[in-house]
Amino acid sequence: MRPRSVSQLAFGDLLGEALLSLTMRPGRAALTCLGTVAGIGSLVATLGLTNTAEAQVSGRFDALAATEVVVRDSGTSAGDTSAIPPDAEQMLSRVNGVRVAGYYWEVDLGGRTVVGRWGAPTEIGDDGLTVIAASPGAFDVIGPRVTAGRIFDDFHVADSLQVAVLGVSAAARLDVGALDAQPVIFMGDQPFTVIGTFDEVDRHPETLLSVVIPDSTARGLFRPAAPGEGLIVATAPGAAQQIAAEIPLALRPDAPDEVAVLAPPSPDQLRAQVSGDLTSLFLALAGVSVGISAFGIANTTLVAVLERINEIGLRRALGARSRHVAAQFLTESTALGTIGGAVGACIGVLVVVAVSLLRQWTTVLDPMVVLCAPLLGTVTGLVAGAYPAYKAASIEPVEALRA
Amino acid sequence: MIPTHPPPEAAEVVPVVDMAGVTRAYDGPPPFVALRPTSLEVLSGDYLAIRGPSGSGKSTLLNLLGLVDTPTTGRYLLDGIDVGGLDDACRSGLRATRIGFVFQAFHLIGQRTAAENVALGLLYRRCARSERRERAHEVLDQVGLADLRNALPSTMSGGERQRVAIARAIAGQPRLLLCDEPTGNLDSANAERVLDLLGELNDQGLTVIVVSHDVDVARRARLEVDVRDGIVSPRRAAPT
Repeated sequence: MRPRSVSQLAFGDLLGEALLSLTMRPGRAALTCLGTVAGIGSLVATLGLTNTAEAQVSGRFDALAATEVVVRDSGTSAGDTSAIPPDAEQMLSRVNGVRVAGYYWEVDLGGRTVVGRWGAPTEIGDDGLTVIAASPGAFDVIGPRVTAGRIFDDFHVADSLQVAVLGVSAAARLDVGALDAQPVIFMGDQPFTVIGTFDEVDRHPETLLSVVIPDSTARGLFRPAAPGEGLIVATAPGAAQQIAAEIPLALRPDAPDEVAVLAPPSPDQLRAQVSGDLTSLFLALAGVSVGISAFGIANTTLVAVLERINEIGLRRALGARSRHVAAQFLTESTALGTIGGAVGACIGVLVVVAVSLLRQWTTVLDPMVVLCAPLLGTVTGLVAGAYPAYKAASIEPVEALRA
Repeated sequence: MIPTHPPPEAAEVVPVVDMAGVTRAYDGPPPFVALRPTSLEVLSGDYLAIRGPSGSGKSTLLNLLGLVDTPTTGRYLLDGIDVGGLDDACRSGLRATRIGFVFQAFHLIGQRTAAENVALGLLYRRCARSERRERAHEVLDQVGLADLRNALPSTMSGGERQRVAIARAIAGQPRLLLCDEPTGNLDSANAERVLDLLGELNDQGLTVIVVSHDVDVARRARLEVDVRDGIVSPRRAAPT
């Protein structure tokens, strides 16, 4: 005859018993949790700080270098005509994501010197002095701060006027003096009236040592230096890579290979380079912490099994099956891991927020990291409790009662 | 609702305990026979004392009766159920529903109140928490400890602790109450109260088996057996 009922333990009761047992020894439970708190906390803090730092790097990078594309004649075209079409500036302004584009290339004076106000000839290339051909759009890309006079505009370009704008260093080198006197400089035998000077630029700091003349004027008087005419293009953040791929086809659908485009390195790559090594190191440390916490939980739970051997005997006498005993210890260790994981996640988030505040960063946290952290604690507790639970279940009731 | 196991009708009287040729031997080293072939019959409502000196095998017999140990040979019917071939789940189920244990050292959980300790006796029967609490209050009232429901064991006397342990053992309305030296840790006044309580429970129809080497304890029983060197004597009327 088989008995009508077998020993049963509802899940709610199992959970209640486990939590009650933990609250009976709050100090020990808290100390056991500490390892998990440290492990999960450092994990969340590491991932959070990495994400946050990446976002700052990305933001700064995007705002400057990552939003500029340089277009050049690749030099593969036959004949003397430039591969860059004459209306390239207008064509590029229609490409989605392009903020502004302008002609910009270095001029080859063919051995002629630039002569300043007092007649001292300055060799092109000496001390970095260059002549740049640029359209007004290029100045929008460069972003100069005008210190005197003005930047040339479409009027000067349309009439190919012989005017020049000087970077602050070039102006000092050529000693142009005050612009009120309408100083003139000579490139070879061609006079150019200096109409403005500038200092501080957002991009292309080489222009501070340059004489900048209208592109149309340069086309009429001089040849472009190798590799030929070109443009600079300011793009919307994050669009540079895409635009760089589109420009050759947009300018020269018949021969895209004749147009060379220099795109900035991918922000993702930079991000990965900047943070990759550091992230790996911190993640490894966090992993070690979680491992140590698992060892701590396992050790404490094993000690608890030995200490509570009488209780194990009592529970068996009251009808607990060996699996009920195992489940109780496993639930206790899992609860410890979960609590430790949850507290660790909270502390990790606080650390990320605090560091962000101190560094005036925008906090960036992946919600999945925060939500999964307690689960990692749960898994840690579950794995850590497996062996002690097995040991507890293996104790014969008669041995436990005799102990 | 807590399932009960009332004594069978007179016409179908089945012994609560029916042992035939039960032995318990340990492989060692050294090999050791703790209980030699034993036959024992305990009817519903009996009050049996198992007497014997330390190491005689009486605790082994009690463990076998309580299904916390397994016989090496022989047949054991508990309430008509042959427990020989049962798995852990069924044996545990029988312990949860038909057997109550009282230990010399009480085995109360120190950080839990009297009511929580008593309710633990019903934990493995899948009773609702409220039902367990209600029943715990009921049996604490029955053993005269209604005022100590929320007291911790550390604040109680030895006798009170043992009465809490008895309340826990009878909370599930078992068919058989097994007591291992229930007065071993008590002074004479508290021992008297505990023995009185066991007598009252027996008078209400509960089958009680007490292991003790104390003659006074055995005197409260109606039947007794002696255990010496693993040999159990035939049962006889206890001395008055």
